[in-house]
Amino acid sequence: MFSLPIRGSRGGVHPETKKDLTAERSILTQLPLPKKIYLPLSQHAGVESRPQVQVGDKVLKGQLVARSGGSLSANLHAPTSGTVVAIEPIVAPHPSGLPAVAIVIESDGEDQWMELPTLDDPLALSPDELADRVEEAGIVGMGGAIFPAAVKLRQGRRFEIKTLIINGSECEPYLTCDDRLMQERAEAIIDGTRMIRHIIEAYEVIIAIEDNKPDATAALRKAAAGHGMIEVRNVPTQYPMGSAKQLIQAVTGKEVPAGARSNDIGVLVHNVGTVFAIHQALRFGRPLISRIVTVSGGCVKSPHNVEALIGTPVREIIQACGGLNNTPARLLMGGPMMGQIIPSIDSPVIKGTTGVLALTKQEVNEHVPSPCIRCSRCVDACPMGLVPLEMAKHSKVDDFDNAQEYGLRDCILCGSCAYVCPSHIPLVQFFEYAKGEMKERRNSESKSEYTKRLTEQRNERVEREKAAKLAAKKAKKKKTSRKAESEESAES
Amino acid sequence: MNAHNEVAHRAAPYAHDRSSVNRIMLQVCLALTPATLYGFYLFGIPALLTFLSICLAAIATEALCLWLQGQSITRVQDASALLTGWLLAMSMPPWSPWWLCLGAGFFAIAIGKHIYGGIGQNVFNPAMLARVALLISFPVHMTTWVHIHPLGSESAPGLFQSLGIFLQLQPIPDGYTGATLLGAAKAAANGGGSIAELVATDYSLAQAFVGQTMGSLGETSELLVLAGGLWLLKNRVISWHIPVAMLVSTLLLAGLFYMVSHEQYLSPWYHLTSGGVMLGAFFIATDYVTSPSSATGKLIFGAGCGAVMYVIRAWGGFPEAVGFAVLFMNALTPLIDRILKPRAYGRDHRGNPIKNVSARKVS
Repeated sequence: MFSLPIRGSRGGVHPETKKDLTAERSILTQLPLPKKIYLPLSQHAGVESRPQVQVGDKVLKGQLVARSGGSLSANLHAPTSGTVVAIEPIVAPHPSGLPAVAIVIESDGEDQWMELPTLDDPLALSPDELADRVEEAGIVGMGGAIFPAAVKLRQGRRFEIKTLIINGSECEPYLTCDDRLMQERAEAIIDGTRMIRHIIEAYEVIIAIEDNKPDATAALRKAAAGHGMIEVRNVPTQYPMGSAKQLIQAVTGKEVPAGARSNDIGVLVHNVGTVFAIHQALRFGRPLISRIVTVSGGCVKSPHNVEALIGTPVREIIQACGGLNNTPARLLMGGPMMGQIIPSIDSPVIKGTTGVLALTKQEVNEHVPSPCIRCSRCVDACPMGLVPLEMAKHSKVDDFDNAQEYGLRDCILCGSCAYVCPSHIPLVQFFEYAKGEMKERRNSESKSEYTKRLTEQRNERVEREKAAKLAAKKAKKKKTSRKAESEESAES
Repeated sequence: MNAHNEVAHRAAPYAHDRSSVNRIMLQVCLALTPATLYGFYLFGIPALLTFLSICLAAIATEALCLWLQGQSITRVQDASALLTGWLLAMSMPPWSPWWLCLGAGFFAIAIGKHIYGGIGQNVFNPAMLARVALLISFPVHMTTWVHIHPLGSESAPGLFQSLGIFLQLQPIPDGYTGATLLGAAKAAANGGGSIAELVATDYSLAQAFVGQTMGSLGETSELLVLAGGLWLLKNRVISWHIPVAMLVSTLLLAGLFYMVSHEQYLSPWYHLTSGGVMLGAFFIATDYVTSPSSATGKLIFGAGCGAVMYVIRAWGGFPEAVGFAVLFMNALTPLIDRILKPRAYGRDHRGNPIKNVSARKVS
């Protein structure tokens, strides 16, 4: 069958980057110790982790406080020394505002580390052993994907990985946490990169950075110079370049087939923040207890990147940046394109918190939606080649099959469509709703399938038992009759 | 579905490129302004009256329809009704009587747009639907082409005479009207006359391009319409696909038949500089609501518009056919959109996952 040629990348948008607010400023590292630290048990893709401490327990910095609860779950460690004062529901950093259970640690002000293991050269250890240590350290995807890093590494070992891509593209506006990390800790990132390469035995390593970060590019090139095998490459500045699928296409020219993983085409992507965390864990034995967070937006007095302990209330890191000069129209966790509203300024920083943004009304530019005029700007903007206007039209009337057909199944929720929509239609909201409903439907389908199977099994069993009983009865009858017969015959 | 329209709990993104429907519509109006002003200059005060009455009728009808549907009348501010009225006025005879103008504006908005559910819902281009409906219903009034009477010239009507003509209190003076090139060419072709002869004696290509000819209110100057269209392209209000496809298909078809016979067929250059081709290609066929959304779909749509228009011009019953052609292709738009979806990332053109899985499983 004749097939049209597959063409290169398309779509994407160029939002105002607003990175200049923080890009030239060094990371603030010496933040005052928070009095209380809130560690939600769910900071990763999978199920909640299981607490390993009890209220009243003393913990040291770096000590394991909750263990991974399943295959996609992750360990949690105490970010500072102190006392566990509660394990209770708090307002989680999630737009629902629903409570989630967290371990609350009151800091003792000492910030005393537990005894860290002295490690041999990680590059001399076996890949499996290193993956175990990454798992032990509770590291998840730091770009916001929060997928356990060790799982990704082990999956990578099962495939022939040709290209390891280190994602330093950081395409979200405002965010500069990766940019600053690359500039200030380039050596550590290169070290971490070498370890990952050692674990998954990749043939080539490419650190991909958007071309609007020349300083980070230069820093990494310098740090990589001595090691060979690691290429630092610029990719075009275009949202959503940081999305794994788009980055893989920009770097390798290949597309990840629908429904497949990047492993399947021999590529593995890790974020620079994750690489740094892996370096810390394998080189020094330090678990993931802090991260770089961009604190920015028009309402923040002195926007900066800060190195914050996981669990620090957002209020305190904003304080460290001079506080707010205005009531923000939107308080977000993450970037403005894919970030989430946080219900309270007292919500804690979690492992996936790339940024905390306090945006003015003018920056957000929200309007009441008006009807679609079919201008098809969303079609041009979609980096996945979908038809957002049709997806929204069908989602709106709960026609999910057609919505899937027009692309809902491939939508990455990047928000490019809604960003360019002149009618201000909340397209992503429609898609989130439709995806949620689809999931619900699949779940209830499998549930009713399960119930059906159970009922069938039960019916079968009842039938079987009936039959068995009947047979037993018959046998008994026969037996008694035979007995009678034999008795009779005996008598005769 | 109320939750979806609530601004308070809206999902990401929390950033926007600051575009708006109102801005887009006004940009198109701005692009039409030079050609419109030139139309006023050529045809004088009656043309101004025609233009104003159509636009006002369109806006008033929009407000009425919104009110009847219980929607906010402030939605008129999106300027879409103004643009529809404006485009319709551009394609009307410049000295149209009052009732024709008001009827046109009303028909375009009420029948062409709100019957279907309002903005974004209509299948056909409202302006062209109104124009074609009137052309069929009132063929004489819709083909009354006045000669050019530039403002300040001796033959230009004064204010009172203009009002008289507009309100039909007095007839258009004898000798003020004539046949357009396309009309004359059609007559010549039907009557067995030679088009080449006609063109050689009465019509100049350069004048047709600049707009020193009779015709619809705003369609005569292909030059100014083209300039407006290019400005829209530059500002990315429209994409190049539809205009280029429409002009190229007209040029190719007209060129082909012109090579077959100079006597029977008009030169492609006359086709491109006469009637509403430029306005159609840049402003009418590119209407967002009624044209396809994918790039390939747009190319097919544009080429179809050009082809249908040429077929009607050359062999059909009407000398000018942009309206008919656009309406015909409008009807095909839903089909084009359904068949020509863009290829999704990770899938082939038929929607199946691409087979690019190359990494060998180690164990």
